[in-house]
Amino acid sequence: MVKRIVVGAHYGLRDWLVQRVTAVIMALYAVLALTWVLIERPADASAWQHGLHGRGVRIATFLFVLSLAWHAWIGLRDIFMDYIKPVGVRLACEVLVIVALLAQVLWAAEILWG
Amino acid sequence: MKKVMKFSIYRYNPEKDSKPYMQDYEVALQPTDRMLLDAILRIKALDDSLGLRKSCREGVCGSDGMNINGRNGLACITPIEGLKEPVVLRPLPGLPVIRDLIVDMGQFFKQYHSVKPYLVTHSPTPQKERRQSPEDREELNGLYECILCACCSTACPSFWWNPDKFLGPAALLQAYRFIADTRDELTRERLDDLEDPYRLFRCHTIMSCAEVCPKGLNPTAAIGKIKAEMVKRMV
Repeated sequence: MVKRIVVGAHYGLRDWLVQRVTAVIMALYAVLALTWVLIERPADASAWQHGLHGRGVRIATFLFVLSLAWHAWIGLRDIFMDYIKPVGVRLACEVLVIVALLAQVLWAAEILWG
Repeated sequence: MKKVMKFSIYRYNPEKDSKPYMQDYEVALQPTDRMLLDAILRIKALDDSLGLRKSCREGVCGSDGMNINGRNGLACITPIEGLKEPVVLRPLPGLPVIRDLIVDMGQFFKQYHSVKPYLVTHSPTPQKERRQSPEDREELNGLYECILCACCSTACPSFWWNPDKFLGPAALLQAYRFIADTRDELTRERLDDLEDPYRLFRCHTIMSCAEVCPKGLNPTAAIGKIKAEMVKRMV
């Protein structure tokens, strides 16, 4: 087989931008969540449930989870691209990560609205 | 006054040695010896089998880039004073070693050539010259001074992992030098070519390139400007 270097996938900018935007969303959520914990000091499960009761809080939390998953996907793919050279193994790892992250997002939705 | 200085230098001659080794040297310096290259040339006078590249000996040609006590730099503009002994000299990391401190720069120049490092124009040639305002010319400062010594690219882990696919800081600095040039008419194609997960986006902004550049340039900033141009045309 010819050993040829192939590049030119024509993507990258959107992911780079998404990583920055999701980082800002997570940072804002983290500050708000930490402030709430410090003020309310939830002691048990019912206090946490009460804190996550409002629709706005649930949507914000879900946005945080989505951002986390999207951010993690780009970061992990970057690591795979750098360190895992066989294309088949890399693809398998990427699919595994996508499936795991999607499952976690769905699980978070179930916890928030279930 | 004669000062004796200790060195530990990477040696490898693929025709003779089965694997690389470090060789220790002690060399008496003359009062006129100011820069590391002066000392290396004293060693070379003692042991002419030591291989290295050098030419202008004043930081302009970029041929004596090497790893000095763990940090990439040009031997000819690195002062002897302040160097921790024994001074450990190795070839630039990440490139194939031809012999001793001489590396194969083929991969580095291949990436450089791939960004079309020259002005491309489509419009008819003006009678006199393609003009540029002083403000537009200002943008090229900090870009055109690159001497292609490869100190930056060989200090970049992304270049170590993917030297065949990632352009590396030196080539990206030159890519921006022509994107930024108002006389160039290939901007769209240049940006299209860099919109790639490997060619540009292996850069994770760790700034090793800016840290080691012997000319004090900042490839990371240039890479940031390429990304800003891309965002500008997308949103």
